[in-house]
Amino acid sequence: MATYLDFEKPIEELEKKIEELKNLSETEGISLEDEIKPLEKKLNDLRKKIFSSLTPWQKVQLARHPDRPYTLDYINLIFNDWVELHGDRLFADDSAIVSGFATLEGIPFTIVGHQKGRTVEEKIKRNFGMPHPEGYRKALRVMKTGAKFGRPIIAFIDTPGAFPGIGAEERGQAMAIAVNIKEMAVLPVPIIVIVTGEGGSGGALAIGVGDRVYMQENAMYSVISPEGCASILWRDQKYKDKAAESLKITAKDLLKMGVIDGIIPEPPGGAHRDPEGAAKILKKTILNTYRELSKIKGDELIIKRIEKFGEMGFFKEV
Amino acid sequence: MGLFRRRKVKKTEEKKSIPDGAWMKCDNCGEILYRKEVQNNLYVCTKCGFHFRVSSKVYRALLLDDGKLIEQDSGLEPVDFLKFKDYAAKIKKSTQKTGLKDAIVCGEGKINGIEVEACFMDFGFIGGSMGSVVGEKVKRAIYRARDKNIPLIIVSSSGGARMQEGIISLMQMAKTSAALNLLKTPYISILTNPTTAGVMASYASLGDVIIAEPGALLGFAGPRVIQQTIKQELPPGFQRSEFMLEHGMIDMIVTRHEMKEVVTTLLKHLS
Repeated sequence: MATYLDFEKPIEELEKKIEELKNLSETEGISLEDEIKPLEKKLNDLRKKIFSSLTPWQKVQLARHPDRPYTLDYINLIFNDWVELHGDRLFADDSAIVSGFATLEGIPFTIVGHQKGRTVEEKIKRNFGMPHPEGYRKALRVMKTGAKFGRPIIAFIDTPGAFPGIGAEERGQAMAIAVNIKEMAVLPVPIIVIVTGEGGSGGALAIGVGDRVYMQENAMYSVISPEGCASILWRDQKYKDKAAESLKITAKDLLKMGVIDGIIPEPPGGAHRDPEGAAKILKKTILNTYRELSKIKGDELIIKRIEKFGEMGFFKEV
Repeated sequence: MGLFRRRKVKKTEEKKSIPDGAWMKCDNCGEILYRKEVQNNLYVCTKCGFHFRVSSKVYRALLLDDGKLIEQDSGLEPVDFLKFKDYAAKIKKSTQKTGLKDAIVCGEGKINGIEVEACFMDFGFIGGSMGSVVGEKVKRAIYRARDKNIPLIIVSSSGGARMQEGIISLMQMAKTSAALNLLKTPYISILTNPTTAGVMASYASLGDVIIAEPGALLGFAGPRVIQQTIKQELPPGFQRSEFMLEHGMIDMIVTRHEMKEVVTTLLKHLS
């Protein structure tokens, strides 16, 4: 069963109506093309209208949409020969992050990404996509292994954040994130980062240092969750929509601030309505970017990557 | 990231930063202390050894020879580029309170004759939060340490990334951590109460040697956020320096009285 957000309800109603007419036409053996065609056009227009004027908070809801494709969905839709590697060789295997190798049009890639669950059991197993230190350490281990063999890296970001818990702190959550950020900056292979859903603060950045950073159209990326920000600013989470607006967390905002390199469009109605379509667009972006980056030598990639993040910031100098 | 405390907590924080008057109360043991005596004791409780939070100025005097710092990049000022609620007023208030333009002071100085690049964070400036200015100044300090071939010392005290600068503050973690790859001289990270979230998850955790003051709150997520998430009581001493040492996250705990000597010894070992 597909889930529809409040602002998607008009789309749902129209979709149902069209579905009913199609069913009727099939069971009764009559052509209702004349009725269906204009409704389909109306549906298209409605989608465009709703999705072209989304508020930041609505984007947050889309970024967290339960039907949104997750990392493993994109891996399956885009890549071949996926082999997943497990564990950080230190403590445990963290299912909130997946990592491994796969090919795309014959090109071998290393892939790391946050992974959320679909069913209740899987959600718990994957800790709602919130990694512990071992997840970050696994990701770095696999990226380094891939880099040893010259494999370019794709990182899919989709996490509410690094998990705030006792074990996470005991095992050095802050250290794991810091080390990942530092080490990713100097991996001598092309790194393409794609925020596909929630870019939750340090927990996202820990696998987010790349030569190119993209966001899908309806993804978000923020230093703090809108709820967290609202409870600090207004002492009440119900102002999360205002917080989402203040924080500037949409792909458009980040592009404007120079934090990301591009926005990857999603099919009409969002990636969750057409995962195959969304994957197709992602695939094109990955291939184009790879072709561009593969011409640059490893040393030069590193220098440029350090410079890229080194230039971010707005201040006055008097 | 639970970087910013609620107002309720903040009030006690303000109280903590050594109020005026001849007498003061220790936040840890509750002892009423004679202020002058505490000051002379490097702002450490004369009864229980609790380390009061101190300004960047105090730490400068404590660590550097004659307290002398040749300050660099003092012209860097924060900009309210997101037009974020209360940010401009917060900057103004913090500047008035601390006399600083942002939450860090950087430059060159000497520690027992050894030339170093040193950065001192100041919790009094919006909770020592890291925005563009802090990130840029740390980056430039790293570059200067590299160019002059001298060690780098950063004394951290920070609640994390500065929410009022949105995603740009998060990117300061990448900016500073990435730059550290270029540094081939020793980097000693000194953690004071508190060092958490975005600062702890970037340069503060990346020292060749990591030293903490006793009893400092160190970690990624704030204790309140953790408690709300897991809905369990936190173990006693959780996320304090002693806890971090026990879990292998820091090299040592050093009191304020011994800090300069220990840093000197380490610099001799590493340089």
